[in-house]
Amino acid sequence: MSELVQYLITGVGGGCAFALVGSGLVAIYRVTRVVNFAQGGFAVIAALTASTLLASGLPHGLAEGLAVAVGALTGLLVGLVAIGKPGTPPGAALIVTLGLGVFAYAVEVLVWGDQPRSFPGVPGAVEVFGARFQAHYLLIIGATLAVFAGMGLLFTRTDVGRALSACASNPYAAKVVGISVTRMGLVSFAIGGALGGLAGVLVTPIQLVTFDYDVTLIVGGLVRPALTLAGGLLLGVAQALVAGYGNAAYQMEVALVLMLAVMIWQAARKPIAQEEPA
Amino acid sequence: MSEPLLNVEGVYRSFGGVFAVRGVDLTVAPGELRGVIGPNGAGKSTLFNLIGGQLTADRGTITFAGDRLDRLPAHRRAHLGIAIVFQGARIFRGMTALENVMVGAHATTRTGFLRGTLRLPPHRREEREIRQRAREALGRVGLADWADRAAEALPLGQQRALQVARALCGRPRLLLLDEPAAGLRAAEREALAQLIEELKAGGLTMIKIEHDVAFVTRLADRVTVLDLGRVIAEGTPAEIRADPAVVAAYLGTAA
Repeated sequence: MSELVQYLITGVGGGCAFALVGSGLVAIYRVTRVVNFAQGGFAVIAALTASTLLASGLPHGLAEGLAVAVGALTGLLVGLVAIGKPGTPPGAALIVTLGLGVFAYAVEVLVWGDQPRSFPGVPGAVEVFGARFQAHYLLIIGATLAVFAGMGLLFTRTDVGRALSACASNPYAAKVVGISVTRMGLVSFAIGGALGGLAGVLVTPIQLVTFDYDVTLIVGGLVRPALTLAGGLLLGVAQALVAGYGNAAYQMEVALVLMLAVMIWQAARKPIAQEEPA
Repeated sequence: MSEPLLNVEGVYRSFGGVFAVRGVDLTVAPGELRGVIGPNGAGKSTLFNLIGGQLTADRGTITFAGDRLDRLPAHRRAHLGIAIVFQGARIFRGMTALENVMVGAHATTRTGFLRGTLRLPPHRREEREIRQRAREALGRVGLADWADRAAEALPLGQQRALQVARALCGRPRLLLLDEPAAGLRAAEREALAQLIEELKAGGLTMIKIEHDVAFVTRLADRVTVLDLGRVIAEGTPAEIRADPAVVAAYLGTAA
């Protein structure tokens, strides 16, 4: 029992990171129709930035905050290159993000070297139902919930959020009411960068930063935020259970099998309503 | 006549070598309701999209309240006060009717992304004001009871009314209506005609494209008739109905 609880909590913690990275991907995809292959890179860059800032003596909180801001800025830069020129077809922009992802990887290795890095998170351990786990997991789960709630407010209660939703729903009509679809696309890239960055900063204390943090494929096809949260958590928990009861070496296989299941399930359902052609 | 609000001069637009609009002039005075009619393929929709910014002209100029429009992207034109109601259901699916209308206020919002995201007091005030304005606009088009419904659940007539409300929420200076009565039932048409008359009484300048001569001549101050991409007649509804060139274009007889 206590083992199961422990795996569940560590799984949810890891799943939160997938959910954050994934919802950034979804935000970008919905607004711009671009599958952003550089999404995993935002998490890596923010995590590495945080490790450098902490090593140079910045206090916790400030260092992580700045690192998330760097993630957002990176997202904005990727967006500028990928969709900055109005009328760039999503397919071309996708290739650009793929190239930028590889380029970012090279830059990361140049700047930070190729050894995994980490930094400490919330110290101490917590015991629930006899299961002991690092207190940092509570921060991950709490921060993720807060960010998802905040995103909900942003999208329904602010003009920018409504403008983003409008671009996702009907870009043609969005232009007509005065929304710059390109600018909103850039905003979505910045949001995606910040969410990816937050994921990287949150999970690094519990697992080393590695350079193949590419979960973009796993949430591919999920275009609704609530589903992304659920999908991310499911993936995290499934991986923790397999690692706990089986063998940690199978984690990638778990992700692939889940991805396949999601794709089959999606294909079996009737297609969701398509946007009107522009 | 007072200073025109909209001035279209010598506008051309071709598609693959075929001119859809060739040398059209159109001058609309403030507060005027202008009807634009013509048979299929006359260039009405092209002209409409050239003014709205969905298309750019090959040649010619479009001036709106002193600003050159013809090179501006569509979203910048909205900021100058041009609103459009399309014939098709160009609504935002996945959002409620009220949210659809609130999006229409985008061009008039002042608080930026940061203040909006942090929900600072100026933003809260503005947000309340937009919500209020959107409710008023919904009430004006008779959709007050539909505010919290999903926009795509509305029948076609109401979806078009929703577009009108969305346009009004942006406080436009010129409203472009593309065959607003097309596909509507008699009662819906009547309600729409009444709404347009009210807006006109309120001083809003409008350009209305129609295929149906009877509907446009009933409401318009002046009517412009297009055929094969050219203006073939312009005048009051009575003049237009009596014009032999118009009759010929519609009936296909030699003028």
